[in-house]
Amino acid sequence: MARLNTADDETVIHVEGLRNAFGEQVVHDGLDLDVKRGEILGVVGGSGTGKSVLMRSIIGLQPPQAGVVEVFGEPMIGREDHEAQQVRRRWGVLFQGGALFSTLTVAENVQVPIREYYRQLDDQLLDEIAAYKVAMSGLPPEAGPKYPSELSGGMKKRAGLARALALDPQLLFLDEPTAGLDPISAAAFDELIRSLQRTLGLTVFLITHDLDTLHAICDRVAVLADKRVIAVGTIPELLALDHPWIQEYFNGPRGRVAAEAAERAAVKETGE
Amino acid sequence: MTAPADFRFDQHVLHFSGELTLARIGDLSRRLEALGEAPRTIDLGEVDRIDTVGAWLVHRIAREHDVEIVGADADVCQLIEQIAEADKPLKIRPDSSPPFIRVLREIGDATSAAAHSLAGLIGFFGATLIGLWGLATHPRRFRYNAMARQFEVVGVKALAIIGLMSFLIGIVIAQQGAVQLRQFGAEVFAVNLIGRITLRELGVLMTAIMVAGRSGSAFAAQLGSMKLAEEVDAMRTIGVSPMEALILPRILSTVVLMPLLGFYSAVIAIIGGGIFCWIDLDIPPITYVQRIREVVPMTDLWVGLIKAPVFGMLIALCGCYQGMQVEGNAEEVGLRTTASVVQAIFLVIVLDAVFAVFFSSIGWI
Ligand SMILES: Nc1ncnc2c1ncn2[C@@H]1O[C@H](COP(=O)(O)OP(=O)(O)O)[C@@H](O)[C@H]1O
Ligand SMILES: [Mg+2]
Repeated sequence: MARLNTADDETVIHVEGLRNAFGEQVVHDGLDLDVKRGEILGVVGGSGTGKSVLMRSIIGLQPPQAGVVEVFGEPMIGREDHEAQQVRRRWGVLFQGGALFSTLTVAENVQVPIREYYRQLDDQLLDEIAAYKVAMSGLPPEAGPKYPSELSGGMKKRAGLARALALDPQLLFLDEPTAGLDPISAAAFDELIRSLQRTLGLTVFLITHDLDTLHAICDRVAVLADKRVIAVGTIPELLALDHPWIQEYFNGPRGRVAAEAAERAAVKETGE
Repeated sequence: MTAPADFRFDQHVLHFSGELTLARIGDLSRRLEALGEAPRTIDLGEVDRIDTVGAWLVHRIAREHDVEIVGADADVCQLIEQIAEADKPLKIRPDSSPPFIRVLREIGDATSAAAHSLAGLIGFFGATLIGLWGLATHPRRFRYNAMARQFEVVGVKALAIIGLMSFLIGIVIAQQGAVQLRQFGAEVFAVNLIGRITLRELGVLMTAIMVAGRSGSAFAAQLGSMKLAEEVDAMRTIGVSPMEALILPRILSTVVLMPLLGFYSAVIAIIGGGIFCWIDLDIPPITYVQRIREVVPMTDLWVGLIKAPVFGMLIALCGCYQGMQVEGNAEEVGLRTTASVVQAIFLVIVLDAVFAVFFSSIGWI
């Protein structure tokens, strides 16, 4: 029986005792985190608590000063480039600013990773792959031959997602994908990530500030504060904890509105 | 590792097997196209794993022939459905035209771009003059800090490289001059050659080329990157005029520094030539300096000092103008930076020729 091409390991990302510092400023100290197969893990924390730096250390762009980082059971720190390649082609990354290649069109951007790793594919198949990836990311077909400078912020995010999905990754890193989008686009983006995660069996590492996103699609939420992950769990589990920052984050005026909206959505879904 | 993607075809049934994934697909797509007959059923029962590329291949066959798909679990069926929904034709690049037309268009584009660029540069010069007038009437808006910074970057940091270059050029002129003049037994006239050519022409010209390469290009790249990152737009909205904050400090500092650097370059070249004369021609430094004073007319110094600020203006104008023209992508920054240097050096040399004719005709020879 055919099945989806998902990761085999139970724990997809394993981080232990991570320490990151820029000169005097220590960003992470003794940070532990595990991401399980098939889940959407939301990562929250105040601005500047080191969410992006955490993502960069997991994907190997920011060599940490100490600690263990394993992805798909493979150690990632101090690996030679060609060894890390094997793991790299199993993940996709959407950077905070989109990070599209400005001299290539959207469709060509999507083809870059495929061309890099699978040179033997014929051009026709490459074009077809780019076409359905662009469509799956919710971009209209007119966006394909456009250059990044001709796109709006939301379209850039979607094009970045299309490129992140190019290699059919088992693991997806998203850095604030809905920041700067209008609520309707943001909700559509949430829905898109949820449905991609379901159909492709993805594991998602999702950095976000968006409370609606957390309620709508995250299976678990990791809270970054005091230079480490102070708690991981579902939102009700986190609410049961007595940490002032967590209470303020989820029970502040915005948190409550988002929670109510999520409840209404859940009632509607079960009612139908 | 499991088997790569493969298929076999019997009795109108297409049996796929192995891993139907991007990594293991190989040339399956081409082999499927070579398949002559149309299948009625696609069997995925022997497939280990499937991803969107595999699902796309299945969908592509299913789209063309009316087939039934068997042997897939609910997840995979849903994946194939999703792919079918995403099947929309897409253009990869903007349309391109036939080569002949394209060459013609490129020639036309280049011509009109050159004309535009010159017109734009003149317009930019006008804008700079207006900006300068604004500064003259409101001297309090003058940005001393930005100016001081540019003095350091354009001037102080260039001293070492310009000094080294001029020193070597002085030696080369002395050596080449002495070799040629020796044929007439007139090698002492090498001193005239060094003194006059460095003060009048080469000091300023070589400095201009160096400044265009060092600072003109930097102006274009800096302003271009700032435009890409919308920093220039942000400045405008805050009410800071990019002309006053970015462009005038660069232009003014280059205009002020070019005569200083040009004179410095000439002096170092004369020193270099002097050392060569001392070693090779046995002309002691005292005699050398005396001869320089006798044979170099004051007008030579003025010629150099008059040309230098004009060249500085041109270089900074080209750099800033090209930088402010950047739009779109990172490649543009590179192109504009190159253009600024080429344009600056070209215009400097054209103007140098004009100056040469002018100074000769007013009798400063
Ligand atoms: N390349 C860098 N050099 C120095 N400091 C950095 C660098 N990158 C990030 N930082 C610092 O690390 C901290 C965490 O940054 P970041 O991970 O980007 O925050 P966020 O959680 O908002 O994504 C910030 O205080 C930032 O100043
Ligand atoms: Mg960040």
